[in-house]
Amino acid sequence: MKILVCISKTPDTTAKIAFADNNTKFATDGVQWIINPYDEWYALVRAIELKEADASTVLHLLNVGGADSEPIIRKALALGGDEAIRVNTDNADPFFIASQIAAVAKEGGYDLIFTGKETIDYNGSSIGGMVAELLELPYISHATKFDLEGSNAMVVREIEGGEETDKVALPLVVSCQKGMAEQRIPNMKGIMGARTKPLKVVEPVAAESFTSVASYDLPPAKAGVKLIPADQPEELVRLLHEEAKAI
Amino acid sequence: MSVLVFIDQSEGQIKKSSFEAASYAAQTAEKLGTTADAIILGTVTDDLTTLGNYGIKKVYTVADAALNNFDAQVYAKILSQAAETTGADVVIFSNNTSGKAIAPRLSVRLKAGLVSGAVALPDTSNGFIVKKSVFSGKAFANISISSAKKIIGLNPNSFNIITTGGTAEVAALTVTIDAPKVTVVSVNKVSGEVPLSEADIVVSGGRGLKGPENWNLVTDLAQLLGAATACSRPVADIHWRPHHEHVGQTGLAIAPNLYIAIGISGAIQHLAGVNRSKVIVVINKDPEAPFFKAADYGIVGDAFEVMPKIIDAVKKLKGVA
Repeated sequence: MKILVCISKTPDTTAKIAFADNNTKFATDGVQWIINPYDEWYALVRAIELKEADASTVLHLLNVGGADSEPIIRKALALGGDEAIRVNTDNADPFFIASQIAAVAKEGGYDLIFTGKETIDYNGSSIGGMVAELLELPYISHATKFDLEGSNAMVVREIEGGEETDKVALPLVVSCQKGMAEQRIPNMKGIMGARTKPLKVVEPVAAESFTSVASYDLPPAKAGVKLIPADQPEELVRLLHEEAKAI
Repeated sequence: MSVLVFIDQSEGQIKKSSFEAASYAAQTAEKLGTTADAIILGTVTDDLTTLGNYGIKKVYTVADAALNNFDAQVYAKILSQAAETTGADVVIFSNNTSGKAIAPRLSVRLKAGLVSGAVALPDTSNGFIVKKSVFSGKAFANISISSAKKIIGLNPNSFNIITTGGTAEVAALTVTIDAPKVTVVSVNKVSGEVPLSEADIVVSGGRGLKGPENWNLVTDLAQLLGAATACSRPVADIHWRPHHEHVGQTGLAIAPNLYIAIGISGAIQHLAGVNRSKVIVVINKDPEAPFFKAADYGIVGDAFEVMPKIIDAVKKLKGVA
């Protein structure tokens, strides 16, 4: 079994969101960078669990990004995985990134490709599906549970108002979300071991880009809260009905 | 050149978010000086001519029961054939779980730039720019699509539906249908509850409610309002409520008309998942709770005293004894 987990670098969940250069760039001053939580807590940890259950499993991590991604790649290696690959590019177009992942995946011959359900910065939910189509593999998105049964995978995915259980033969691509696994903290042995694990840097393959960010906007500020005295909660109901027309 | 919208269905009925996507497709088509068609896959019981009321000219159907088994790969291949047959340059999806699975695959097939999470009509005054939600609702990005074909995934509850009173023509589309690689073994829907992502009103509880045994304060109000229920991350993590109810940065991002937060302090990660809600109500005994800064209405008070009175007032309003 060979597993590839795609990890992305994102701003920390508490990072202040501001823009520079006439609102065309994310202002990175003082921003802490983390592994995209969906990639780390769910995709990577579930893959590590699969490796723990079957020691012959080969687990590779993949990041498409610049050299500034290396700290988060080392952190991911501290959690687990045999080696990492970084495709050296700052191009952020989803189709371009998916093309890079597909190229690495094709060469590596993986049985399973895991991604997070989305990144917490771009919120695209696009990469997994694009990779699957490029490789002509089945794709299960928003998976909350993943188990192997011989050469098949049993995957539970979120649907509107419930969940669906799917059976699908390997190889396949899965995007992971809450439920797949529990967050882990790297231990000292993992952190020390990660320093010597291979981190291979490869140059991107030629691929098209279809989108680019023209500019960013911040949402308009709220007018301010209207406080209702705690002893008159019925006034809240009246305001929601008559003023906000929300109920 | 035309616009094509994918209509998502469940058990033969059109999902609510697809009516919004249909109206968005029709408005996009009007901007581009063309018309919008729709496509729906699988067996459907709803009257499809009603999509005309949302501005759709023609509805294409592939009424094969095999398509009731969802496989994004099979769907994407059919949609690429449909885009070719109808001459569509722009394909619209609701950015729900089906849309998020199919749209990226179709993007590869059509070599079409994809913007998922759109919150407004495309700006066609200078190129083709789509405004989308980024940083988990904390900002917007205006994305320029440079390819000839384009795909947009519209975030649910982010576009005002415009009804036109029209009637759509319905026609069967002949396509090649591949055998699925994904077999749906079972579907487990929480019956009688409103799906969180489609809900107009969401009532949500946090650790301030002190324990799962007090959740009737949330569920009673939700039931009266026809609302979905949600919770904060700590509540899901300590298993007071199921994981699928967790809204926030690492849970579900929602944009209902009304979000009522009870006993939730409003950490930045929680706000990221709910700040696209139109009206936010916060009930919290801590006047310093950060959530009040993001709220439209608030009560500084003890939920255990305030909520029963609110529930009574809503009962009175709704005429429930």
